[in-house]
Amino acid sequence: MIRLTFWILGAILLGGIVHLSTVLAMPEAATQDAYSRLAQLIPVNAVTALAPPNAQNGVMPFMDPAFAVAVCRYDLSGGPLKFTAPVSQAYTSVTFYTRKSVAYYAINDRAAGRRTIELDLMTREQRADLPEEEDVTTADRLIIESPGVTGLIVLRALAPEPGMLAMARRTLAEAKCRREGARG
Amino acid sequence: MRLFFSSCFTLLLAAVIGLGATWLTLTRGVAFGSLRIGAWTAWPRTGSVDIDPYARAIVARTGELPIGTGDGVAFYARTDDSGDAFDGRCTFSLTGMTPAARYWTLTLYDPEGRLVANTIGRHGFTSAEIIRDTGGRFAITIGPRARPGNWLPSGGIEKFVLVLRLYDTPIGLASFTSREGPMPAIARKGCS
Repeated sequence: MIRLTFWILGAILLGGIVHLSTVLAMPEAATQDAYSRLAQLIPVNAVTALAPPNAQNGVMPFMDPAFAVAVCRYDLSGGPLKFTAPVSQAYTSVTFYTRKSVAYYAINDRAAGRRTIELDLMTREQRADLPEEEDVTTADRLIIESPGVTGLIVLRALAPEPGMLAMARRTLAEAKCRREGARG
Repeated sequence: MRLFFSSCFTLLLAAVIGLGATWLTLTRGVAFGSLRIGAWTAWPRTGSVDIDPYARAIVARTGELPIGTGDGVAFYARTDDSGDAFDGRCTFSLTGMTPAARYWTLTLYDPEGRLVANTIGRHGFTSAEIIRDTGGRFAITIGPRARPGNWLPSGGIEKFVLVLRLYDTPIGLASFTSREGPMPAIARKGCS
C-alpha cells in the first residue's frame, strides 16, 4: 500500500513537470500562432491591410470587427525600420508584438500627440550602434527597441460606425514601414 | 517484473496528469492576474511583457494577438451574472454603463473566437453607435430573434462569448475595483 502511494506521488510529481514543460514549450512548438499565420499571407517589411474578419474566416481569432487592421511583419536583420502612420479621425493605435505574440509596446494617437505616428524600430544592438550625434539631433524621434529580430507591428484604426470602415482603411493605406535610408 | 509494471503505470499516470493539466489550463483560459467584475474577466498583464507563461501558451495555441496595455483592455464574459453559460437560443440583456474609456466595442464570438453569421451582418456595437437613455445608460438585447433597440444577434449557436474592449482607458494599469468601473450587468431573459 505504502509502495503504491509512493508510485502515485511520483507520478503526480512527474506529471507536474510534464505539465510545466509543455506549457513553457507551447510558444516554441506552436505552428498556428499569429506570426506564422501572417507569414503565409503578407510580405516582410511592408504594411499590408488585413481582410476584415467575417463569420467564415478571420486571419486571427478574436479580432475586433469595428477596426480596420494593417500589419507590418518586420525583419530587422537588414537594419532598423522606420514606421509612419497617419492618425484616423476616431482612434488609432499601434501595437508591437514579438515573434511569439507578446505585446511589448503599444501607443495610441493621443499618446503620440501628432497627426502622424512616427517610430523607429531597431534591436538593442542597432541602437547601440547609432552614431551619438544622430541620437542628439533627432531627440524628438521615438525609438522602439525590439526584443527580437522579427515581430509584428499591428496598426488598428477604429470605425465608430460601420459606414466609416472604408475611411479607416484608407487611412491605414498611407502607413509605411520601411528600411531607414531606403526611399519609396 | 513488478518494478517494470509499476514504472510503466507511473509514467503513464504522469503523462495523463501532465498533459491533461496542460490541456485543461489552455482550453479553459487559466492565466494569472485576472480582473473579475461581475461576469466579466480581463487579463491586463496579457497585453504586456509581464504576460505569464500560461497566457503565452494560450496565445500561441489560438493564434490571437492580445490587445496591448497601452491600447486598451479586453473583458471576456462566457456566462451571465448568475453564472449560467451563454446559450445562443436564449435571450440575454446587457444593461448599465461601462468604465471610463475613449471608445469601447462589444463583440459576440463563438468559443473559438470567430464571428457569428447572422442576417443583418451585425457582430457587435461600438460606443458611438449605441442608443442610450438620457442618463447615459444603455441596454443591449442579445438573442436569436430580432428585437427593437440595440439588438445583437447570437445566431442561435450553442455557446457564445462576449468581449467588451475598452480603448484608451486608465483601467488595467493600476488597481481597479468594481466600484470604479461599473461594468454592464448581464441577465437571462428566457429561452426559446
